[in-house]
Amino acid sequence: MLIPCPYCGQRDVSEFTYQGDGNRTRPNPSSTDRAAWNAYVYDRTNPAGEHREIWQHSGGCRAHIVVVRNTLTHAVVASSMARARTRADRREPT
Amino acid sequence: MADRLSPLEPVYRPGNHGNLAGGAGVVLGERQPGSIVQLAVWSGQERPALAVMLDVTGMRLPDGAGSGSAREDIAAFGFAPGRFLLVSEAEGLADRLRAALSEELGTVTDLSHGRTAFRIAGAKAEWVLAKLFAIDFALAAFPTGAGRSTSHHDIFAQIQRSGPEQFDLYVFRSFARSFWHTLCRAAEETGYEVR
Ligand SMILES: [Zn+2]
Repeated sequence: MLIPCPYCGQRDVSEFTYQGDGNRTRPNPSSTDRAAWNAYVYDRTNPAGEHREIWQHSGGCRAHIVVVRNTLTHAVVASSMARARTRADRREPT
Repeated sequence: MADRLSPLEPVYRPGNHGNLAGGAGVVLGERQPGSIVQLAVWSGQERPALAVMLDVTGMRLPDGAGSGSAREDIAAFGFAPGRFLLVSEAEGLADRLRAALSEELGTVTDLSHGRTAFRIAGAKAEWVLAKLFAIDFALAAFPTGAGRSTSHHDIFAQIQRSGPEQFDLYVFRSFARSFWHTLCRAAEETGYEVR
């Protein structure tokens, strides 16, 4: 399987580390909402199809990237820098 | 100037090795640059930071991921978003860069003692490296001056093409001797000369 790193281009999957489901939203660290923490830690959508997930190009540029991968075919339909998403979530200027 | 010690010293054997039927296909060697420096730039500060690099080193990097430039005395390339490796024959580059670079723009880390620099040159250089790394070494995909971050199993390597048939590799010093064995073994097929 090849994963397109936004910085490095197409690279072999062996250069990457899987960092899990990219659909989760981490509760505020000071939150005491147990249901929210439970959902963050345990709930996964586990779709048979397109899945948004986080990978790190640990054997390359070391950037964290958001990959949309089809879990049935392994086709990667999108990849982008995770930092761009973080910034958008925080509404910080880029 | 302090003595430069090599982690390869016990296993470095100058001369010709391997299959020499067609002559040595590559020349392998360790370089001992005076400075190996990492420049990490804060988000959005690439242009002013690279202007400082140009002032200090005379190196102007083309735009784009992994772009770089290589001369005999100094080389630089991007290896990750906002991160650049600078390699100079002269000692003290980290200090000169740090003095010129505002903390608002980025940080400078002296890696001179933390990396070992290898050079592989010759008609079979692409072929030998392609055995070790799953990236495209063809000149069209990996132009002269450009840099790549990749790894051979868990040995992380930063690679710059410093000539049409020449590559410079930067490997963590603690892995350098093991990697040198691997590189020599990969070059046995084509024959290699150690200088
Ligand atoms: Zn990458």
